[in-house]
Amino acid sequence: MDYLGEHLLPGKIGHFFATLSFAASFVATISYYKATRSTNPEEEKRWKRLARTAFGLDAIAVFLVFAVIYYIVRSHYFEYNFAWEHSSRSLDMKYLLSCVWSAQEGSFLLWTIWHCILGAILILTSRRWESPVMTVMSFIQLCLATMIMGIYVFGAKVGINPFLLIRHTELFDGAPFLHDASTGLLKHDYLNFIKDGQGLTPLLQNYWMVIHPPILFLGFASTVVPFAFAFAGLWKKDYGSWTKAALPWTLFSSCILATGVMMGAAWAYESLSFGGYWAWDPVENASLVPWLVMVAGLHTMVVYNATGHSLRATYFFIFTSFLLILYSTFLTRSGILGDTSVHSFVDSGMNFQLLALIAVFLIPALILFIKEYKRIPHIQKEENIYSREFWMFIGSLVLFLSSVFIIAATSLPVPNKIFGTNMTMGEDASFAYNRIEIFIAVILGALTAVTQYLKYKNTAGDSLKKILFPTSLALIIAVFISLFGHVHYDKYGTGFLAAIHLAIFCAVYAAIANLMYIWSGMRGHLKAAGASIAHAGFGLMLLGILLSSSKKEVLSYNTTGININFQPAAKQNPMENITLIKSIKTDMGKYWATFISNDSVNPKNRITYFHVQLQKKDSGDLFDLYPNMVNTGKSADDNVFNPDMHHYWDKDIFSYISAAYNPQQENEEDTASFKPYSIGIKDTIFYSKGYIILDKIISNPDNYKYHFTASDTALMADMTIINKDSMHFKANPLFYVRNNRIIAVIDTVFAQDLAISFNGVGENKKLLFGIKESASMIPFVALKVLLFPQINLLWIGTLIMITGFIMSMIRRIKLIRKVR
Amino acid sequence: MKKLHIVLLVFIAVAIGLLVSFMGSLSTYETIASARQKEGRSVTIIAKLDNTRPVEYNAVKNPNYCSFYISDTLGNKAKVEYFFEKPYDMEKAERVVLKGKMKGNVFEITQKDGILIKCPSKYTDDPNVARKNLNEN
Repeated sequence: MDYLGEHLLPGKIGHFFATLSFAASFVATISYYKATRSTNPEEEKRWKRLARTAFGLDAIAVFLVFAVIYYIVRSHYFEYNFAWEHSSRSLDMKYLLSCVWSAQEGSFLLWTIWHCILGAILILTSRRWESPVMTVMSFIQLCLATMIMGIYVFGAKVGINPFLLIRHTELFDGAPFLHDASTGLLKHDYLNFIKDGQGLTPLLQNYWMVIHPPILFLGFASTVVPFAFAFAGLWKKDYGSWTKAALPWTLFSSCILATGVMMGAAWAYESLSFGGYWAWDPVENASLVPWLVMVAGLHTMVVYNATGHSLRATYFFIFTSFLLILYSTFLTRSGILGDTSVHSFVDSGMNFQLLALIAVFLIPALILFIKEYKRIPHIQKEENIYSREFWMFIGSLVLFLSSVFIIAATSLPVPNKIFGTNMTMGEDASFAYNRIEIFIAVILGALTAVTQYLKYKNTAGDSLKKILFPTSLALIIAVFISLFGHVHYDKYGTGFLAAIHLAIFCAVYAAIANLMYIWSGMRGHLKAAGASIAHAGFGLMLLGILLSSSKKEVLSYNTTGININFQPAAKQNPMENITLIKSIKTDMGKYWATFISNDSVNPKNRITYFHVQLQKKDSGDLFDLYPNMVNTGKSADDNVFNPDMHHYWDKDIFSYISAAYNPQQENEEDTASFKPYSIGIKDTIFYSKGYIILDKIISNPDNYKYHFTASDTALMADMTIINKDSMHFKANPLFYVRNNRIIAVIDTVFAQDLAISFNGVGENKKLLFGIKESASMIPFVALKVLLFPQINLLWIGTLIMITGFIMSMIRRIKLIRKVR
Repeated sequence: MKKLHIVLLVFIAVAIGLLVSFMGSLSTYETIASARQKEGRSVTIIAKLDNTRPVEYNAVKNPNYCSFYISDTLGNKAKVEYFFEKPYDMEKAERVVLKGKMKGNVFEITQKDGILIKCPSKYTDDPNVARKNLNEN
């Protein structure tokens, strides 16, 4: 049966290329395997040529699959499930691209694309390592190709087919209006009823969604390269020399993974209403942990290259890092984190496949590692305790220990699932992490500072003296910060506060010592200073994290008279939000806050900006904030909120909307709920919070608000409202006659939730009024305002660290070239 | 024994120590009934929003008070008080994970992240929700 308006060709083309990529990566894997195993150079050459062709074909196929998906989404072909589920007509062009990777299958595809590019670079540069390394690369391509297959093998779902037609899903089963009433078959013009897709959730409609996932997935994809080199080393029984070729790749991977993770942090901070950049959410942890282990592996790799120590540890860390990426993939995509994370995917029925993905890399790596362990060269002689390698190794172990702790805590739902237990993080999950990680920060900060000053093998006493000056300088700065920096975070007792101060010293120490080492240790030889720069950046990051978290302040404590919570428990409650009524200046602790206006711009995105003005009480410093509200388009009440912040060099004032009135309802008149009253002058009307007195009637008023002349027919009521607390308010409802019609101008008293209309003159000289009491009409915005001091240190530190990584990488690549 | 071995042993000991202390700080998932028995202790409940009663949140009156009712699989019901703004899309939640303390008949949540809304609309890979949306169109 043919259905009206369907475009089946793109799906067929896409599916063909998806299958081709599977077949091509299969051929590439086999051929590279054969090339690695063959002893005859001629034969090896032939296999290699075939393998390269196959890998190239795989790369082309993967790009075309991506292109076809994008084409389907861009053309709004909602007969495809992918387009219907993840996109909609109203999406901006740039978000059409990001809705490709907002889906499980799309993000696997993004990952695969990066493998193709990395693979191409490896083919061009890795020379004698090409065959074994590319065997692993082709094999992971093969595994990932199954993720977009969408077939069933023995009842198990293998992959999600991105070209699935919507009528092939179970989606229509519950939609009788799409079916022919007599036959029960799908109507041939069913597409006429599918006008628009589900769209991308507004939370993800953000420029970070365009750049963060590609970078993060490049980070994920790059971790397989060091793994492949390590695997190749064991496989070819050439145990040590791969580390030279793999070092730039390890640096690259560490750099990009850090960038991706921190971009996620910046996104969370800048445009999501999470109120911070890091929440120890399981999904965040799952991408942090592989990075920690990768950095541990990076350090032991450097140690091995310099001294011959720590090769076994290098294998262990490099293997573990990539396996953790696969494990994280399982955690975030299996739905197992459903009860612990705010942003994990839901179960897509691929759990077996995701577990198998871990197994096919874990088992060969583990077997090879155990089998070859004894043969991996190591130095019998003990490391000198005054040597750089000893402390670098300790540092790597601390990084590893930290990641074991984080991943164990993150994995809590896994033992629950296996053993049927029901453990969960306590009420204060963040502190469970922080109380451990603060000590990790102390140790890492100190090690980062000192270790650079040690020399490999052994350190002579006088070269250690160089560290005296940076140590004392760091001590002075840290004591200065501790004394005058107002760090009084005593929520968790003095022990934790002391740990914070200690960590502040270590962070300062790491930054200062590494910066000074560039001159004292390397005589300003900047090109070789990548490591020192990265370490200094890391120190600054730590300092930024410590200061911004321990000095974070809620500015919007609700202290206003109107909103005081009278409940007995109110005292211990956090009261972090403050409600501002339009154009009423409100006391907000150290600030005056005024909600000035709200403006809607860009009707396509349905964004309303709320203009809030803050004024510091002591300095008079005046500034504006524009947090916004985005309507999701589903209904008028369905809104999400994005923050806005005011930057100072040393702090950010951060605000987001917790709730707001709906400007769209403002213009709707609902006179129905006006209660009618007829009273004379000096009479009173009672309402729930007090009473209203009609003072006098003014005809044809000419004042700041109304301008009538003697020729008009207009009456204005002058009323006084007195509430229970004897507060006085004024109201001036009015009516006038124009073209024989009576037009009433309603006056509102926002603070009392009152609307008053003057409806005319009745019998016995009584005057007719309508009174409405309602909360919904009041233009208000409930706001949370936070102060993040020294947040810039975190971002600057991150940038410096990334720069350091890149400098090291360039230098290592140059060193390899020189040897050739 | 080599120094490195001592170091490794120390690390293993520290790791075990950390995990034990971490296990000590864990809590368990409770039902509404068992949470009532542990009154005043911080527990975690997985429950459904009771849709028969409205979520109460009036930001004009008090932006820091949101109350609603939950019911769990055993059919028990309880009132919940959350001292922050109403979480986004709360009414559409299929399930809520709550961390807080039972006080009398009311479950009180005093941490901002004490509510986790399982709201599949965030990541639209859930077929049930997609089907529901289709029928609403």
